[in-house]
Amino acid sequence: MNNLLEVNNVSKYFGAFKALNDVSITIPKGSIFGLLGPNGAGKTTLIRVINQITMPDQGTVILDGEPLSQKHIMDIGYLPEERGLYKSMKVGEQAIYLAQLKGLSKAEAKKRLKYWFDRLEIGDWWNKKIQELSKGMAQKIQFVVTVLHEPKLLIFDEPFSGFDPINANLIKDEILRLRENGATVIFSTHRMESVEELCDDIALIHKSNKILDGKLVDVKRQYKINTYQVGIRANNQSELEKQLSEKFKVSKANFKTLEDELKLNIKLQEGENPNDLLSYLTSKGSISHFVELIPSVNDIFIQAVKSN
Amino acid sequence: MNHLPLIIKREYLTKVKNKSFIVMTFLSPIIFIAFIAIVAYLAQMNNDKTRVVSILDESGLIKDVFKNSENTSYNYLEGMSLNDAKMLVQESEGYGLLYISEVSEEHLNSKNITFYSEESPSLTLISALESEIQSELTLQNRIKEGIDVEKLKASIVSIDINQESFEGEKTSKVDSVVKLIFGGAAGYLLFMFIIIYGNMIMRSVIEEKTSRIIEVIISSVKPVQLMLGKIIGTSLAGITQFVVWIILGGVLMTVASLILGIDISQMQTPQQQLVEQAMENPEINMQIQNIFTAFFNLPLANLIIAFILFFICGYLLYSSFYAAIGAAVDNETDTQQFMLPIILPLVLAVYIGIFTVIEDPHGTVSTIFSFVPLTSPVVMLMRIPFGVPLWQQILSLLILIGTFMLTVWFAAKIYRVGILMYGKKPSYKELIKWIKY
Repeated sequence: MNNLLEVNNVSKYFGAFKALNDVSITIPKGSIFGLLGPNGAGKTTLIRVINQITMPDQGTVILDGEPLSQKHIMDIGYLPEERGLYKSMKVGEQAIYLAQLKGLSKAEAKKRLKYWFDRLEIGDWWNKKIQELSKGMAQKIQFVVTVLHEPKLLIFDEPFSGFDPINANLIKDEILRLRENGATVIFSTHRMESVEELCDDIALIHKSNKILDGKLVDVKRQYKINTYQVGIRANNQSELEKQLSEKFKVSKANFKTLEDELKLNIKLQEGENPNDLLSYLTSKGSISHFVELIPSVNDIFIQAVKSN
Repeated sequence: MNHLPLIIKREYLTKVKNKSFIVMTFLSPIIFIAFIAIVAYLAQMNNDKTRVVSILDESGLIKDVFKNSENTSYNYLEGMSLNDAKMLVQESEGYGLLYISEVSEEHLNSKNITFYSEESPSLTLISALESEIQSELTLQNRIKEGIDVEKLKASIVSIDINQESFEGEKTSKVDSVVKLIFGGAAGYLLFMFIIIYGNMIMRSVIEEKTSRIIEVIISSVKPVQLMLGKIIGTSLAGITQFVVWIILGGVLMTVASLILGIDISQMQTPQQQLVEQAMENPEINMQIQNIFTAFFNLPLANLIIAFILFFICGYLLYSSFYAAIGAAVDNETDTQQFMLPIILPLVLAVYIGIFTVIEDPHGTVSTIFSFVPLTSPVVMLMRIPFGVPLWQQILSLLILIGTFMLTVWFAAKIYRVGILMYGKKPSYKELIKWIKY
């Protein structure tokens, strides 16, 4: 069993509106899985199907080798995008209640909460009411409550919203640590730089359909454009540029260098080898910069959504 | 996993610990009793002031008929004209002037009797005067016609028909009144309970929606469980509040009457006084005894069991509606359009209970509405003291339970979809669409 979660051909209708159309994804054990898509694409519906909040009209969901059922509620920790806590309840009481709903005993919940509160240095909030806390503080508690019952699968929908950079970093480190301890993470966000940083696998949902998925490196390979960013110094740079543009597909590049080099993006045709380009360039001048351009998740996102 | 007890406990504790709930629980009976005490006290003050009624009797027929009472004293005027008398009373700030003009006695009737006063006089006083004059003139007439008044009095027979059903159950008029009060109280209690605590459930659902905690909760529990937990928890808090009200109310009532020296329970409205004056029943003790017998003659076991069952089922039925409404809207102002279908059958039930059941507890209308699930809890509770066949009670209860299950299913559907819907005010059409999701 290498996949913790398998979503097979899931469809969901709301009246005439199709919120999910035959969506399948597989999430390997111990990975961080980025679930991406524009607003209203169906991400939240998919997450709700995994959480058994909404029942799918077609398709199945397999968690850890078994069809999803009521008992799996304890195996999932979910931090929804629309989140909140009971405003007039005390932090400690509330955290214990929510942990009990996930099947922890009161004593166990208390013990684990103490550990987490000490760890995040929020122990003195225990007797405060939620309405006395700032939004970021409440978010921290929400995070603790989500992970407290040590679920196999963690689902975070925009986990960093509302956090300052320091706390966002703190939460990011905690997510990575939880993964090291064996949890699998589904991570839904519009912040592409954190996808780039954290995710091993991604899936892109657009207009109720999955349009792209796989390992992040594979996806990048699939979207690579065979383009190299080059910085070169020659005696006659405009002459060199002319020569190059006759031989290759060339466009102006923009990056910082120390000297006044010729900066170009050079796209190789099918069958052309970067080594050939490099040796050609060495014969023309001194190279200060030679990098393959890898598409960012941001680029891939925009390109994939636009082409569909 | 069954989280129902946990949810009930949280709902109950949150309600009970809530500051405004505590304040309401303890303040309401105090305000209520204080209000009654003030009214009673003021009424007594009002009565304490002795009113002086002057009488100018030109006919000379009803002399010495009126006797001074606790709050009215009579002052006979003689040998002056009506105008003088009026002026005198006005100047001395007397309560009013009863004027009987001079006529031959055969013709002394209402036309000859007038009461003059600054403001319109008290209804009680006028009817007291009327009844005194009436009986005095009747007596005089009888003497004049040579009727032996003593014999006449002795010959009056008072009849109270014994009522007995074919099965040998004895009843009486007093019984009927006691039954009516019992049924009415039970029905009305349910009505109040539904309105007060149904609203509380609705608000608590809306609160969960607006604080956005709902999605976290329902990723752990089924929406149906959450809904039932809310309904039961809030109801228990409601029962707690009711019990506190009754106990505190009783204690305060006793304390208030001791301190102020007012017997609140004896407080009477003018109407009651009129009724009693009209009846002038010498057998008050007998009446009280009758009330007690009537009470113990009630099918008490049946009444209590039926009360508990119909109360619970009826309350649950309505509160699931309230929960569904709470789930369908974003804030309390949007609830108005959905409230009418709830309030209407409730009010209808109470009106049927008050008007039809009293008139004919086993008539067609009463019987039909004691089976219709939305009105049956109230109407049936009002009918049962009059003796409803067991099969009818059971059938009505079964219909009620069936409907309750159907509504819970229906409410749970709306609830499940509604709690995750934000930002728009749904129409009835949309609610029906949600059920199909």
